[in-house]
Amino acid sequence: MSAPTTAVLAEPKRIRAVAAAPRRKHGVRRRIGSRWYTPYLFILPHFIVFAAFIGWPFLLGFWISLHDWNFFNDVQPWVGLDNFAAVLDPDDFYGGLFYRSLRNTVVFVVMSTPPLVLIGLGLASLLNGKYRGRTAFRAIFLSPWTLSVAVVGLVWWARFHGTIGPIGLLIGSVGLEPRPWLTANPWAWISITTATVWWTVGFNTIILLAGMQSISPQLYEAAAIDGAGRWQQFVRITVPLLRPVLLLVITLQIIAGFNLFGQPQLMTGGGPPTAQTTPVQLYVFQLINGTNPRLGIAAAVLILTSFVVGIISVVSFRLLRTERA
Amino acid sequence: MRRRPWESVVLYGTLFLISLFFVLPVLAMISMSLKGGTTDLTDTGLIPRDPSLDNYRTLFENASSAPVVNWLINSTLTSVIGTALTVVVASLSAYAFARMDFPGRRLIFAGMIATLTLPGVLFLIPQIILINDLGLYNTIPAFFLPGLAGVFGVFFMRQFFLSVPVELEEAAFVDGANSVQTFLRVVMPLAGPALATLSVITFLAFWNDYLWPLVICQGSGCTLQPGLQSFQDQYVTDYGFLMAGGLIAAIPVLIVFVLAQRWIVQGVVSSGIKG
Repeated sequence: MSAPTTAVLAEPKRIRAVAAAPRRKHGVRRRIGSRWYTPYLFILPHFIVFAAFIGWPFLLGFWISLHDWNFFNDVQPWVGLDNFAAVLDPDDFYGGLFYRSLRNTVVFVVMSTPPLVLIGLGLASLLNGKYRGRTAFRAIFLSPWTLSVAVVGLVWWARFHGTIGPIGLLIGSVGLEPRPWLTANPWAWISITTATVWWTVGFNTIILLAGMQSISPQLYEAAAIDGAGRWQQFVRITVPLLRPVLLLVITLQIIAGFNLFGQPQLMTGGGPPTAQTTPVQLYVFQLINGTNPRLGIAAAVLILTSFVVGIISVVSFRLLRTERA
Repeated sequence: MRRRPWESVVLYGTLFLISLFFVLPVLAMISMSLKGGTTDLTDTGLIPRDPSLDNYRTLFENASSAPVVNWLINSTLTSVIGTALTVVVASLSAYAFARMDFPGRRLIFAGMIATLTLPGVLFLIPQIILINDLGLYNTIPAFFLPGLAGVFGVFFMRQFFLSVPVELEEAAFVDGANSVQTFLRVVMPLAGPALATLSVITFLAFWNDYLWPLVICQGSGCTLQPGLQSFQDQYVTDYGFLMAGGLIAAIPVLIVFVLAQRWIVQGVVSSGIKG
């Protein structure tokens, strides 16, 4: 299994190699393309669906954001940039809710990224060894990742719900105060983060483990001969050499954090009472699903949020690239 | 490095405790689903005092208030048809991008890959409108069309085709095969592992999809995941019943996971590459 980073590194070389192919005397490329339309026939089935359900919606999204769009209207009134102005104005009704949901999303990202990455790192190092049963444990750690957010939300909602939930009982049995796990902060965020760690930490573990396994064992042997203990090996060899993979995992994790939706929707209903755990996507869902759907506003919110996420990923991938260079 | 005996004890002890964290919630879910009728709140142990399948029976008998069978059929059709179509169209397209030269190749591929970096929800609202305009609300194609349009499969299969030695295809051409024959008889038979990986992660994605079906379906026209959510609103206090519903949604993917773990791990590693 090769590390994700090495595969990405190899990519530009491959593209160059393929691009050079037609110049070869008996290049496959030229022969396959003997009838000019053959390649287009190959890409056509996917391209039609892509154009209809991703390409066109991309453009339509901007168009919608410039209108007061509603399912029930025959004519969608043009409002120019009013939706963006409303969403960006903290004193506006929609803007106020947007900033609150954005703040909530950032709270979640800041709160969940460290445990998701650090626990993933810890689990990966536990799995990075030669002992019996290793793959079975790897499977156990990854198994919740295969469940849907609806099941995860249900499982953890039941865990934390009221004082009769098992966690409430456990806390009670050791003589601690019962906590309002789903109805007051910071408990609600702790519950949501716990559920998220349970659900997705296995994903990070697998990627970090693949990265660790691509580090040459000779480095560890040399370090051991020089008298370095396990901890020193981890800090001096594993972590520095894993840096690009770590940055990749952190970036993916931040992007995933911005996609938070199901956990609060199913566990806290976006509460405690007044939307303190409503992230951007839940806010968008409410805008779509209300009795008076505000699709223009929702489209503007999504464009602005995607812009924020876009900046974050561009910056992290720049970082990644300089790391690799 | 050799492990001393006490180190093994510590290692396995730690692994076992961590495993409990991952396994217990699912075991508790199974246990709760087996506790009779409206859950007896005093029966909090992991092993039910009086296990019964009543919750499951109610689940399948109350077709009017809980159309679980419809949801199950919709989820199955969506995942199976969606996965089959995705694998076929992605392979075809990826092969052209990997091995053929044609005007617009770089531009089209770059444009498609660019959409991979955009958050999927950006397309949510226009996609809802599109589905409504096409009259596909509450239908199976509505559930899988946006997923089918996704670019990850093309990217993934292209990576695989680029790793196949080009000499094989050249040999086929020398033997007089045309491009379709080469693709079907030479390249695709080698693609087993890549196809398995793509199929399994695509199946999981379709089966587990939540936000998308939630906004384009209603009542018995839904899939299991949004169905579960409507359950949670309806039967707030009936834990056993809810957990039985959750398990119906979870069991198929857990079975897939046990059978195809290897491909899933491969898929996770390659979705890391994607990022």
